[in-house]
Amino acid sequence: MKLTEFFHKELIVTNLEAKNKEEVFEILYRKLLENGYVKESFLEGIVNRERTFPTGLLLNGNNVAIPHTDAEHVLKPAIAVATLSKPVVFKNMANPQEDVNIRIVFMIALNSAHSQVKLLQQLVELIQSEELLQKILSVKGGEEVIEVIESYELKNQVGKVN
Amino acid sequence: MGVDKKKTILVACGTGIATSTVVTEKILDACKKEKLDVNVIQCKVSEIKSYAENADFIVTTTILKDSFGKKSINALPLITGIGEEQVLKEIIEEIKK
Repeated sequence: MKLTEFFHKELIVTNLEAKNKEEVFEILYRKLLENGYVKESFLEGIVNRERTFPTGLLLNGNNVAIPHTDAEHVLKPAIAVATLSKPVVFKNMANPQEDVNIRIVFMIALNSAHSQVKLLQQLVELIQSEELLQKILSVKGGEEVIEVIESYELKNQVGKVN
Repeated sequence: MGVDKKKTILVACGTGIATSTVVTEKILDACKKEKLDVNVIQCKVSEIKSYAENADFIVTTTILKDSFGKKSINALPLITGIGEEQVLKEIIEEIKK
């Protein structure tokens, strides 16, 4: 299974100018809904979850947010992506009182945990690569984002001894 | 050392399906390397209350308001990668206790 199977160009927005995280949620949710990945209840699920358990991750360079919610709101698994022209404020997963400036949002639609272990592991690997995040931020268009992730996957598979 | 009781770890996150999945896999992987046998229960933070009694300690990716008298370890470094080895070490040590 490849991580890129869960990315689709119609679910990616690059260089988005958003006022706040709610606007990012709304835009990515619309894409997931219109393309048949989530139910209408998904947005409320995301907003509620983010309020109680925020998903901003403070990393070594570019910070990432991974909003997601309960499986019951999801029809098909996918990852929607937004790269932001200006950072928006999220709360830190490690400390809900703390603000984190986010430039990349991966909205994860998961419909069951265990079948998606590999997907989650690979996504976590991806967000830990500052080099890759920088590349994702530098490209324009959904296809280009997928290409960047694909080339990273290839590079890592070659290097891995299994 | 004698015969140790197999430890039970409660791994929790907000939805119980995303970051806790990655954390669970990393703990199981580290235990395999250390040849440690553990039970892992994965759940939502809101479900900790009903599982805490049967757990030796709790691992979460968020801040816990109440750990129900159990030790809790924050495992967010396993997601961000910052301080990952230190946290895994802490978890392994807790299992060996």
